[in-house]
Amino acid sequence: MDFSLTEEQQMFRDMFRDFAEKEIAPVAEHADKTEQPPVELLKKAAAQGFLGATIPEQYGGAGMDYLTYTLLAEEIARHCLSTAITITIHTMLASMSILDAGSEGQKQKYLPRLAGGELASFALTEPDAGSDPGSLQTRARREDGTFYLDGVKTWVSNGGLAGVHVVFASTEPGKRHHGISAFLVEKDSPFVMVGHREPTLGLRAMDIRTVYFEDGHVPAENLLGPLNGGWPIVLRAFNRVRLGLAAAALGAAEGALALGANFAAERKQFGGPIAQKQAIQNYVADCAVEIEALRHLVHYTAWLADGGQDYGRYASMAKYLGARIAKDTANKMLQVHGGYGFSDEYTISRVYRDVRALRLLGGTDEIQRYAVARGIFDEKGLKIQP
Amino acid sequence: MDFTFSPEHVALRRMIREFCEEELRPRAKEVDRAGRVDPEVMRMMGSLGFFGVPFAQVYGGMGAGETGYCILMEELNRVCPSTATIVGAHIGIGAMSLYLDGSPELKRKYLPDLCAGKKIAAFALTEPNAGSDAAGIQLRATLEGDSYFLDGQKMWITNGPIADVVMTLAITDPALGARGGATVFAVEREWKGYSIGKPEKKMGLHGSPTSLLNFDEVRVPKENVVGQVGLGFVTFMKTLDVGRTSLGAATVGGGQAALEASLRWVKARSQFGRPIAHMQSIQFMLADMAAEIEALRSLVYRTAWLVDNGKPFTKEAGMCKLLGSEIASRCIDRALQIHGALGFSRDFPLERGWRDARIGEIFEGTNEIQRIVIASELLQEVGVRIRP
Repeated sequence: MDFSLTEEQQMFRDMFRDFAEKEIAPVAEHADKTEQPPVELLKKAAAQGFLGATIPEQYGGAGMDYLTYTLLAEEIARHCLSTAITITIHTMLASMSILDAGSEGQKQKYLPRLAGGELASFALTEPDAGSDPGSLQTRARREDGTFYLDGVKTWVSNGGLAGVHVVFASTEPGKRHHGISAFLVEKDSPFVMVGHREPTLGLRAMDIRTVYFEDGHVPAENLLGPLNGGWPIVLRAFNRVRLGLAAAALGAAEGALALGANFAAERKQFGGPIAQKQAIQNYVADCAVEIEALRHLVHYTAWLADGGQDYGRYASMAKYLGARIAKDTANKMLQVHGGYGFSDEYTISRVYRDVRALRLLGGTDEIQRYAVARGIFDEKGLKIQP
Repeated sequence: MDFTFSPEHVALRRMIREFCEEELRPRAKEVDRAGRVDPEVMRMMGSLGFFGVPFAQVYGGMGAGETGYCILMEELNRVCPSTATIVGAHIGIGAMSLYLDGSPELKRKYLPDLCAGKKIAAFALTEPNAGSDAAGIQLRATLEGDSYFLDGQKMWITNGPIADVVMTLAITDPALGARGGATVFAVEREWKGYSIGKPEKKMGLHGSPTSLLNFDEVRVPKENVVGQVGLGFVTFMKTLDVGRTSLGAATVGGGQAALEASLRWVKARSQFGRPIAHMQSIQFMLADMAAEIEALRSLVYRTAWLVDNGKPFTKEAGMCKLLGSEIASRCIDRALQIHGALGFSRDFPLERGWRDARIGEIFEGTNEIQRIVIASELLQEVGVRIRP
């Protein structure tokens, strides 16, 4: 057992922290209030290599391992969960799916662009296919060796910013999720229409869209992975994004705890700082305990992933626990702020709204619990249904 | 024991619900978006007598007591928490402090207009340095001849921007401080030296305006002292007890709305080939919501009964507010979870309820203060006096 970060990981973490404090902290509130994605910030992040964090160097990436990626997501999320999730969707869901399933040609064509700062999206969810991606209505019709893509995708993160969409469509509708294929679709394709920007409770600096694909022609070379082989791509992408989101939850919780502890040390009531009150001390202590437990689960999950071991169940556990801890921490720290916590002038109210998303995206709490239970019953030879 | 509502209270609830469904619900989204309640709604509520529900008819009220007032708050908050908050601050703490302790003359002067909604009331206790530590207030009232001069600042005042009469707690005897040296004054909006700060930008309750109030040597005639000089803190604490009961009632409505929305949604939304109502994770969330709301409902109306029958209710009022706000937040959070991503969208009403509900755990005494109130009552019964 060795719980220390390598020298390289420490160096990266310091660099991430430095970047987050200098570049992200000053713009996060503005991005939320104006509901504008921090495009300039993302360019700076790209220049640092963060948008290609886990992409190998041969494709223009920074070649980080998963553990290092969790440090990146954590440090960014301390100050801006929108930015952390924007990058996590781009990296863990979209870009890494190309690395995972792409042909050599696809990797060479797309990965340097995506590592260089062009954003990508992962278009899976549909109005009637949220927790149940088996019921996709988007179709990719095959004709003379090429495909015609038709359907509507909702809740597409980075939908309006992405240069490349990784789109999932049914190529054999009768086979449910075993009949899904993945396609790489360029933003500029004439049949792609970026629609409604989702007005959200939190994560207001994210660009979450409805995207329409109107019976457009996608050449066969844009099929990502095998025909009807989309589902394993989705599952592996889910594992990665859950790990990334768990790390983001960790960072958001740490950010919230810092805000609450600072406020408690400064706010005076009853003749002294409210940090002198046992009720406040207990809130802070409980959050700190949960955050440390979460950190170790996140790092352990990343360590499994880096070792090439099956980490799916752990990714679900970490994401589920992370979402809950981030929410509980933000909730308690908002309470520490009293009336100020309800004011838009204080960062904690943004954090409280932002972290609520973590219990929904990348698989709801209910789906994560199902995934964990399924793994346990699988070992007993029992297939369970949601 | 009799758990039925009187025919008058049943009729009152029916009338309020009809108004809420027909007039309030269609406007609730716009109230949040525009950040104000439609003046037409305020006028209608005035003519229906909503602003005077608990008060005696001799002052222009409806005479429906705390129980009637709780019914009003439950129904309003079920549909539009911003509107409920305006009405609650007006009745439950603003006009209530005057009603509980004001002289007959002062009540006759203000209550009829307040009950009719021609004037709006506010309750000004909190200051920049006196939140949970309410006894730490510094706003000064100095007696000169027949008048007091008020100087200082109040903050987070619900209805601040729209109130015509503000019940203001000020220190009249600095040597004694809040306990024994504070007095309540009824201050009118038009008086010289009184000014209103910018409305606060808040996470929720966008339609319920909140602001700072500045008092720059505001002259208040002696007749506008509410209750006894020096006993203002007692008046305000008594008032808050009544207010807390009705806040509990509001949270019953908030929780109920969340449950109703969830029941509609789980029937309509299908995943994995069937309505999500068939998922046990969903069913158990619904069951927990309903169980908590029912327990809360019983507590709230029992406490209202204590109030209406002149029995002690401080501890129970604290429990109504503490449990109610936490139950409402939990229920609305579960409802949001049940709605999935749509719960997170501002195109749907769930997230508004979620933002609106959170302040319930903070205002009119944070839940930590409620726990202190409850513990202090409990410990007093065994002979221990505690300080926060």
